[in-house]
Amino acid sequence: MKVSVRVNGHDMTADVEDRMLLVHFLRDVAGLTATNVGCDTTSCGACTVLLDGESVKSCTVLAAQADGRAVTTVEGLAGNGEMHPVQRAFHEQHGLQCGFCTPGMVMAIVSLLRENPHPTEEQVRAGLEGNLCRCTGYHNIVRAALAAAEVAS
Amino acid sequence: MIPASFAYHRAASADEALSLAAEHGEDAKFLAGGHSLLPLMKLRFAAPEVIIDIGRLSELSFITDEGSAIRIGALTRHHDVEHSELLAREIPLLAHAAGQVGDPQIRHRGTIGGSVAHGDPASDLPAVLLALDATFVARGRAGTREIPAGEFFRSLFETALEPGELLTEIVVPKPANGAAWSFQKFTKRAIDWAIVGVAVQDDRIGLINMGSVPLRAGRAEAALAAGEPVADAAAVAAEGTSPGSDIHASRAYREHLARVLVGRALEEARSRS
Ligand SMILES: Cc1cc2nc3c(=O)[nH]c(=O)nc-3n(C[C@H](O)[C@H](O)[C@H](O)COP(=O)(O)OP(=O)(O)OC[C@H]3O[C@@H](n4cnc5c(N)ncnc54)[C@H](O)[C@@H]3O)c2cc1C
Ligand code: FES
Ligand code: FES
Repeated sequence: MKVSVRVNGHDMTADVEDRMLLVHFLRDVAGLTATNVGCDTTSCGACTVLLDGESVKSCTVLAAQADGRAVTTVEGLAGNGEMHPVQRAFHEQHGLQCGFCTPGMVMAIVSLLRENPHPTEEQVRAGLEGNLCRCTGYHNIVRAALAAAEVAS
Repeated sequence: MIPASFAYHRAASADEALSLAAEHGEDAKFLAGGHSLLPLMKLRFAAPEVIIDIGRLSELSFITDEGSAIRIGALTRHHDVEHSELLAREIPLLAHAAGQVGDPQIRHRGTIGGSVAHGDPASDLPAVLLALDATFVARGRAGTREIPAGEFFRSLFETALEPGELLTEIVVPKPANGAAWSFQKFTKRAIDWAIVGVAVQDDRIGLINMGSVPLRAGRAEAALAAGEPVADAAAVAAEGTSPGSDIHASRAYREHLARVLVGRALEEARSRS
């Protein structure tokens, strides 16, 4: 079927299988490979992207379900060569080690801060329930989220 | 993991969804948020030949105040139930429980109607809606009918919905004492389903994962109605249930959890009211 998705501000139309998952549309059709597949079972959050501004796990969304809608991946965050505040906060707070979970973590935090610009630490931890990290022990990721909220305010 | 091939149709209205379902019969499945169905399809536990996407039926996404009851469209997402000011004020149990389903990403996609129609005894909202004495509204080609929550869940993943019938809305009567609620969800890890969960509204008790269907703790409710103290009601909370044993918990442990959690839930509901 023909699917048109606005990906990071650019319209992208492709003829794909009805069963194609959004994450494969992004990686294989749009060539945006920052979005990772980790668990493939809706658990780890590595595949998190924004669908019309809200975080979703793109391994559990059909490309067809995103037809006519806007998707943002981590590649779409930086503007004019400037890192997005959440990206900068990850850099400054050492919010990553291997980096595998990072694109999903960043997108989950962007969505979280849109809904709740001034979260408490507890709200950040609850808001990241759906994102797993095997390396950092989470503390610096939570710090990065709080630092990004601070910068934005 | 990629689902088996299927033909995708997007319904633009409830009527179109019903006629697509009639046309494709047994081969077709409705897709709402897809957060129960797509994982099953990826694992090839389900392989419908036709998918009817009802995810954009905005006519079925609403939360409205009808005086003595609140009507919730079947396509209303967990996220919208969680953040509804109307529900927070009138039926805080439901708003709170919706916020305990999965994680934020899952709540941005999954719908209350999908949770109900899926008929999974481990799901949170069916037991909550039992404790709230909700009624489900279904629409088929022959017309619309109302099904009380207590008659809806038939067996594991089996509900009173006929093939091709669409769950359109959920009617939740405003509780006598909205503040008298509690939701106890016992999990091993974040975002997990409940090993056992308990929803209490007034003196009605819904049980999660205590059998092949979500159910009410009838014995405990009867004990309360007979004026027995909370501890005595909690002690009989697992009677009449038949929870399974699995890698998460044995049957005996689930029965123990039901007694403990019903006790906690009744105490909390009473302390709030
Ligand atoms: C990792 C993970 C964790 C989760 N954790 C929890 C949890 O802690 N607690 C919990 O309760 N749930 C949990 N869920 C399930 C989640 O709540 C689902 O969103 C929900 O169970 C199904 O809603 P849906 O809209 O996604 O339905 P779908 O997956 O689209 O549909 C489910 C079934 O219902 C049918 N259906 C859907 N809508 C209708 C309708 N209106 N009329 C008729 N039939 C319909 C479909 O045909 C399908 O058979 C979890 C899911 C995942 C992936
Ligand atoms: S890959 Fe999608 S949640 Fe893990
Ligand atoms: S930094 Fe390695 S998984 Fe998170």
